[in-house]
Amino acid sequence: MNFPLPDFFPASAEIFVLVMACVVLLADLFKSERQGWLPYLLTLATLAGALAIQVGTAGADTTLTFSGMFVDDRLSDVLKSCLYITVFAVVVYSRDYLIARGLERGEYYLLVLFATLGMQVMISANHFLTLYLGLELLSLAIYALVALDRESARSTEAAMKYFVLGALASGLLLYGMSMIYGATGTLEISAIARKLSDPATNMEVLRFGLVFLVAGLAFKIGVVPFHMWIPDVYHGAPTAITLLIGSAPKLAGFAMAIRLLVDGLPMLAVEWQQMLMMLAILSIALGNVVAIAQTNVKRMLAYSTISHMGFMLLGLVSGVIELRASGDIQLSYAFGSAMFYTIAYVLMSAAAFGVLLLLTRAGVEAETLDDLKGLNRRSPWFAAVLMMVMFSMAGIPFFIGFFAKLAVLQAVVAAGYLYTAVFAVMLSLIGAFFYLRVVKLMYFDEPLDTAPLVASGEMRALLSVNALAIAVIGLMPQSLLTLCATALGQAMK
Amino acid sequence: MTDIPLLSLAIWLPIAGGLLVLASGDGRNTAFSKLIALVTALFGFLVTIPLYTGFDPSSASMQFVELMPWVRDYNINYHLGVDGISMPFVILNSFITVLVVMAGWTVIEYKPSQYFAAFLIMSGLLNGIFSALDGILFYVFFEASLIPLYLVIGVWGGKNRVYAAFKFFLYTLLGSLLMLVALLYLFHKSGSFAILDWHREPLAMTAQSLIFWAFFASFAVKVPMWPVHTWLPDAHVEAPTGGSAVLAAIGLKLGAYGFLRFSLPIVPDAAQHFAPVVIGLSLIAVIYIGLVALAQTDMKKLVAYSSISHMGFVTLGFFIFNPLGIEGALVQMISHGFVSAAMFLCIGVLYDRMHTRNIADYGGVVNTMPKFAALFLLFAMANAGLPATSGFVGEFMVALGAIQFNFWTGFAAATTLVLGAAYTLWMYKRVVFGDVANSHVAELDDINSREMLILGVLAVCTLAMGIWPQPVTEIMHATVNQLLDHVAAGKL
Repeated sequence: MNFPLPDFFPASAEIFVLVMACVVLLADLFKSERQGWLPYLLTLATLAGALAIQVGTAGADTTLTFSGMFVDDRLSDVLKSCLYITVFAVVVYSRDYLIARGLERGEYYLLVLFATLGMQVMISANHFLTLYLGLELLSLAIYALVALDRESARSTEAAMKYFVLGALASGLLLYGMSMIYGATGTLEISAIARKLSDPATNMEVLRFGLVFLVAGLAFKIGVVPFHMWIPDVYHGAPTAITLLIGSAPKLAGFAMAIRLLVDGLPMLAVEWQQMLMMLAILSIALGNVVAIAQTNVKRMLAYSTISHMGFMLLGLVSGVIELRASGDIQLSYAFGSAMFYTIAYVLMSAAAFGVLLLLTRAGVEAETLDDLKGLNRRSPWFAAVLMMVMFSMAGIPFFIGFFAKLAVLQAVVAAGYLYTAVFAVMLSLIGAFFYLRVVKLMYFDEPLDTAPLVASGEMRALLSVNALAIAVIGLMPQSLLTLCATALGQAMK
Repeated sequence: MTDIPLLSLAIWLPIAGGLLVLASGDGRNTAFSKLIALVTALFGFLVTIPLYTGFDPSSASMQFVELMPWVRDYNINYHLGVDGISMPFVILNSFITVLVVMAGWTVIEYKPSQYFAAFLIMSGLLNGIFSALDGILFYVFFEASLIPLYLVIGVWGGKNRVYAAFKFFLYTLLGSLLMLVALLYLFHKSGSFAILDWHREPLAMTAQSLIFWAFFASFAVKVPMWPVHTWLPDAHVEAPTGGSAVLAAIGLKLGAYGFLRFSLPIVPDAAQHFAPVVIGLSLIAVIYIGLVALAQTDMKKLVAYSSISHMGFVTLGFFIFNPLGIEGALVQMISHGFVSAAMFLCIGVLYDRMHTRNIADYGGVVNTMPKFAALFLLFAMANAGLPATSGFVGEFMVALGAIQFNFWTGFAAATTLVLGAAYTLWMYKRVVFGDVANSHVAELDDINSREMLILGVLAVCTLAMGIWPQPVTEIMHATVNQLLDHVAAGKL
């Protein structure tokens, strides 16, 4: 029997991250007392190296490898590059916080790298099993990270809750996948798409499987009614871990939605778009309304995530999939708008939690809204950073969040859902209230705590760059929009 | 015509200056920040003067046009230009900014650099609103201008500032989000975000009606028209003097400008169909709000209600669809820009000294502040619409136009001349005349040279426009006539 060696080249970034994760593990084991910074620097070097490899090997064409289980296309290049940058920022923002709480150990870096690897695999999956493998690698690493602070009962509870619900969702997803396997006889995503146009395929079983697939997906990206874990996990996890959960996995979640639904089941678009429409509307409504009642910033941002993910889904719902005579699939702008929204959200979320981390120091958690009071007196620049993030999340120009909302709303209106658009903007108005409240606390109120902010230089610098990106891309969104549009246009060959 | 991008300068120069002022910080050297602010504001005003001198009044088309692609995927352009309707407001706005910076010179003690930066950035954004010819560009400036004013009210405002700031922001956002959906719908119909393309886009009556109400939601809140006016008295009372002056002089004009730029030309048939509603609401604003103003005990609230009443006159002038009405309304807008800013600055002068805005706490101010009393009298007369002041010209033109349209409409509108005189002069009488009311009034110092300069300049503008309004009206003729022809032709 002939067993050809697979082409490893498209997966070189994944292999690099895996090898470096092992190196970090060893370095942590053998490092001397004075070399406490070693895992930190190695992790940053890994992420920078992965970015360099990804950009260096990026090509215009789509390559399949490992017997069609792994795909390297422009969509994966763009999303993975964003992923490395996000995780890089997460690691830099988290270090001071973790050191102050005695949590900065080798395991953190190791788990972050494995989570990154999991997300990379998810983004490049062309096979249900690859996707599941990546998802579990990510999830297991994150369950452990949530419980990183072993002493904290709240963290342990959050980790437990996340684990049980996450396992249930994985079960749903697997069940859905098995149904689709039953109907089509394959697990390879592009092969499933081809099978769909075969009249002999049992559509009833497919639709049945689709429902479970959508439920599993909805849980992972956290939209109503599968959102229960989000506020508790965001609240219970140490803030540095919340930062990780709240940012990079949204990119992987978006990739998962595209791979499963758009790549895998384009012929069932009408069905899954109807389901996602319900989820999106419910998420926007619940996220924006319930966020008003929160006094804890992390919980408030958790509900804001729910509403933002609902908005992102609106982009997917409005997408039109058109089958060309040549067999190629043509996608409308709408999918690009959802991708733009995801990337914009990740940028904003990283900066928001970054400022929260900046406000903490040994023994002091900045968690409640009152901790933000009078920030403008303590640090005008970082107050301005958080203000930009809040206005951006509320969708006020000139920030990136405005163009993200505009792109999605434009797609929604173009798809003919005029009243959905009106509904979405009216709920954004409700959402604007709690974002404005944060600005109010920082600017209009007297500080409760006048201690100066302590943070490392690299964190201040990176957080500033992050905030400037929100403003600059808000002024000039063209290149990122083009990137998203071409990435999705080409992915569908 | 010059090749210098004057409109871009008018927008970005103040914004860049504002960022510079922010960067200069609030260390020991606040004098330096203030100096940058004043210099930027002055230059921001100077670059708008060629807009007037180089303007061709015989043409109704857009002038000083700048066009660059901005977001190609959605066909959004950085498209600027002014016509006879928008050009005066760019100049007015830059002019008021200079005065506001001067007015806050010594008064603002908490974080002065942030205060001046907020006004400079706001000035740039407001210029952007008046010169944008692209729907999204307009919307972006329109929304972004909420941020500085929200901060100005909330940080430097009075006791109830948080409530006022939220009310201001959310009320305005409510309207503009509906407008955003209308803009997206128009893009979907026409494939373009260019406002001038939308003027030509044929639309059925149902679509026109929906778009009309979406625009109405946005602009009526901003004007503000009765019954969505309640945010304005709160915002005015709580805002610091500079904030009130900019809000009254420029902020309120945005809504009215929006009616002329969007509602009338894009949905002319719906505008004519629903005109009676708008006229009715305007007359309620003129009469009912005028009566409400009469009952106020707080000076700022009184002027705020008087602004609503005057703006009712403006919307009335627009929706009677004759040249006298629209030109009169435009003149009224500019005049109100000077007079309301001056009124708020006058109240600011008193407030800085007495820290109260209650009419009852004053009396006999003329005895201790004669120079101030003289200037205040002029502005009060202008607010009441006395001939030879700018307030008279606009009101008279609109009243004439309204009588041409319908006698009883004109009759109801003209009551403003009575009511305006009643509430303004009665307030003036209680504050300025009579015996010295208490020891605080007895200790008042008359206005210093800085205040004299600010109020003096405004007094000259008010009188000049009242005596010789020709330079202002002549630049509007061509644009207004073209607009009216367009509306009369309709789209059905």
